[in-house]
Amino acid sequence: MVERRPFIVFLTHFILVVGVVAIALPIWITFVAASHSEIRMTQVPLPLWPGDQLWVNFKNTLFGNGLEGTETAPVWLMLTNSLVMAMMISIGKIAISLLSAFAIVYFKFPFRMGIFWLIFITLMLPVEVRILPTFEVVAQLGMLNSYWGLTIPLIASATATFMFRQVFLTIPDEMLESARIDGAGPMRFFWDILLPLSRTNIAALFVILFIYGWNQYLWPLLITTDQDMTTIVISIKQMLEVAEASPQWNIVMMVALLAMLPPILVVIGMQKLFVQGLTETDK
Amino acid sequence: MANINLVNLTKSYDNTEVLHHIEGSIADGEFIVIVGPSGCGKSTLLRMIAGLETVTSGEVFIGDKMVNDVEPAHRDIAMVFQNYALYPHMSVEQNMAYGLKIRGLPKDEIAKRVREAAEILEITEYLSRKPRQLSGGQRQRVAMGRAIVRDPQVFLFDEPLSNLDAKLRVQMRLEIRKLQKRLGVTSIYVTHDQVEAMTLGDRLMVLNAGYVEQFGTPVELYQCPETVFVAGFIGSPSMNFLSVTVADGVLTLENGATVAFSNGHSGTALLGVRPESLIANPDGAVRLKVEMVEQLGANTLVHGHLEGTGTEMVASLPGIETVESGTVLRFDAPQEALHLFDAATQKRLET
Repeated sequence: MVERRPFIVFLTHFILVVGVVAIALPIWITFVAASHSEIRMTQVPLPLWPGDQLWVNFKNTLFGNGLEGTETAPVWLMLTNSLVMAMMISIGKIAISLLSAFAIVYFKFPFRMGIFWLIFITLMLPVEVRILPTFEVVAQLGMLNSYWGLTIPLIASATATFMFRQVFLTIPDEMLESARIDGAGPMRFFWDILLPLSRTNIAALFVILFIYGWNQYLWPLLITTDQDMTTIVISIKQMLEVAEASPQWNIVMMVALLAMLPPILVVIGMQKLFVQGLTETDK
Repeated sequence: MANINLVNLTKSYDNTEVLHHIEGSIADGEFIVIVGPSGCGKSTLLRMIAGLETVTSGEVFIGDKMVNDVEPAHRDIAMVFQNYALYPHMSVEQNMAYGLKIRGLPKDEIAKRVREAAEILEITEYLSRKPRQLSGGQRQRVAMGRAIVRDPQVFLFDEPLSNLDAKLRVQMRLEIRKLQKRLGVTSIYVTHDQVEAMTLGDRLMVLNAGYVEQFGTPVELYQCPETVFVAGFIGSPSMNFLSVTVADGVLTLENGATVAFSNGHSGTALLGVRPESLIANPDGAVRLKVEMVEQLGANTLVHGHLEGTGTEMVASLPGIETVESGTVLRFDAPQEALHLFDAATQKRLET
């Protein structure tokens, strides 16, 4: 793609600009709405430029109860809930799939390939498909309204196991043999050699899984009835369902802004490793 | 330091035997080269000694200890791999120190050994670099350094030079040889390159299709090959083989030419003669019809056929010679340069 015709240049830039506007405009509107007072947000026409209430809204939202006159949990608690959930899901998924991929690639045991395919088949059974039995199990174990209930059913991951299997297969056998001659046992090899070599892949997966965990909606909705366990994504929806009043748009939009922030921070913070992890093939 | 004994060693994969009854004893401090074409089982044999492959039957002794069931780490060996197998995320220093760290040596002892090995190999200035910042030759040195710091009883080399360019290979070959003599550690070196084998080894073990063809010094292998395979494998360009009939002290070639040869045998046989043993002689019995000439500078290789037959032959003439293709050159060879092999068993027929 080294052609440089004016029309092509114009077209590509046009498509890019349209794309950026399509993504940025809603975020801009969210930001603008979060910076006005509640009264202003009920008047037509809606503002297109930021107001002066950003800090006030921010303070009220984060440390108040969110919406005025309701019994919802404070927003900082919901943010914490979401953060804990997303972290537990991504770290749990990475830990479990690293270990299972390690077992499948480096150990010979009966039915090894059978077990690999069993894990692979679970790809076809996401939470949405098995939601009733899974809910039943979690309820029986008394894990409703707890972090464990929120995260454990989402932790097992065939995709990540498969990905780490492929990563491990690209590591030359001599690396293992060399480590064996050096006297490293299996777990030592795992910690000292495999983990550092999969560092970038782990980072890339972490970004993807963190966002996956953060955006969970259906499962937390079912499992949490206690206001103190609500996650931020659910609370946005709840805030819109106010009876006999118009929603407090300035607060709702501030919550939306806050909910967007952690995934953005994770992506920005791990950008370099993320790209390396998805593109680098040299081992 | 240790001697190594291989007793009736066999390796099978899924009931297919790939190594057949390997016997051999290696003295303390000896440099042994296992050489053979690809797929002959030489790497498998080395890996069995290292403990990376299980032994199907037979025994491996290192020192006086039977090590069949001993983990590689406890065999007191060090191995240099073809692709070096350096840990990419560790610096050169950490790479060399890793094995010692696992063994729990004190920090200052590790540092001392790494420094000494680095000095021997002249890689002190690269100690803090990562393997990917090094050239092939430097990585090779680091791989050797990793072997040296362990201060093992046995060095195992698995085609360590085959990833280097030709010039560097020759240079590293000499260095490995000098290093081995200096350290005096028993070494086993696997290669498919017969020049490398001849220059490095105190003794060579020639493997073919899982059998030991011959186990001896380079000179023995060159002067007195036990089988047709060894005769053809050792020496470059490789030996010429001509079908002959032996009777009453006279060899008759395919085209009817006769050569006097006093040997107790009679009947058909295979005559082996090295290209460099053929001496141009206007009255020589062997007539070579020239097809192609290769000028190497120091000598001239003449390719062609034994006149009147389809048997290919090569002769090596000293210096630069101009030979037209189509001409017939005549050669003689001294009797001691003639090797006679049984046509059926491919074994040497002793004089």
